[in-house]
Amino acid sequence: MSESITPTRTYYRVFATLIALTLLTVGLSFLELGAWHTTAGVLIGVVKATLVALFFMHLLHSSRASWLAVLAGLFWLLLLMTLTLSDYLTRPMLAY
Amino acid sequence: MASANYSILAHHFENLEQQRETETMGMWLFLATEILIFGAIFTGYTIYRVRYPRDFEAASAHLNLLIGSINTIVLLSSSLTMALSVHATRVGRQKMLMTCLTLTIVLGATFLGLKALEYYSDYEDFLVPGLRFRPGEWTELTPPANPQHVQLMLAFYYIMTGMHAVHMLVGMGLLVWLVLRARQGMLTPVRYMAIEVIGLYWHFVDIVWIFLLPLLYLTGTHHGSDLHF
Repeated sequence: MSESITPTRTYYRVFATLIALTLLTVGLSFLELGAWHTTAGVLIGVVKATLVALFFMHLLHSSRASWLAVLAGLFWLLLLMTLTLSDYLTRPMLAY
Repeated sequence: MASANYSILAHHFENLEQQRETETMGMWLFLATEILIFGAIFTGYTIYRVRYPRDFEAASAHLNLLIGSINTIVLLSSSLTMALSVHATRVGRQKMLMTCLTLTIVLGATFLGLKALEYYSDYEDFLVPGLRFRPGEWTELTPPANPQHVQLMLAFYYIMTGMHAVHMLVGMGLLVWLVLRARQGMLTPVRYMAIEVIGLYWHFVDIVWIFLLPLLYLTGTHHGSDLHF
């Protein structure tokens, strides 16, 4: 944690962006997008989560040790999901 | 100033900056384990979401979009007031700190209140797997949905939102403790790490919800008539 203090203006701008993205993602749910609903929703979610982490959670000004903890968490999540899904999603391909 | 620094610096740290970096990293390590707790449920959801797309979309379209969306905005607002509380502590504005902390608690309580109202409306709408559910409603849809798979999606809905609500309750408890600390004058521009790391936890719970919104509520196609309490 560095000694820098984020100005409140930054928080208000991030908040306005988060609200705009929420209205966008809810608006998209009224369109007939089929399976793309989930893709669009998760992508917008990733943008929102990144904004929260970088600005509200001060990751932008955090030490490398904190970044390491965050990246380790995300890396393990990646392992958890890819290894599990590579099993379950390929089972229908197998000829029993 | 020097004596104040001395009193809060634990003896095994070189200086305050090192201590603060360690405290921040400690909370992030805890949050990494939280990512995995929620990650396991998200993975389970993904497996069945891919396997039974039609049934998950049908169930999602029946969830209460209006309350889910309002709650998203309520939670994002509480993250803003949380960030402002930390800011107020850092710049030594005691009155702003108390106002923002109180607002965060009120917004958190609003979220949980609306969530309870939503669970009640889900009960009224026969969306409780095993207890209050009408299989016939789902087979009559065009195209029809499999009631068993719909109940699976609803089970994910209750477990995911329930886990999230438990985290909110813990966060509310921590916020009340922060109010007491602030009243005792224990949150100052020098001594601010308690509110900083509890803020990290609060924002993390917000991030979980940011992903619950599209996965649960927005995965099916909604219509204007869906917007009701």
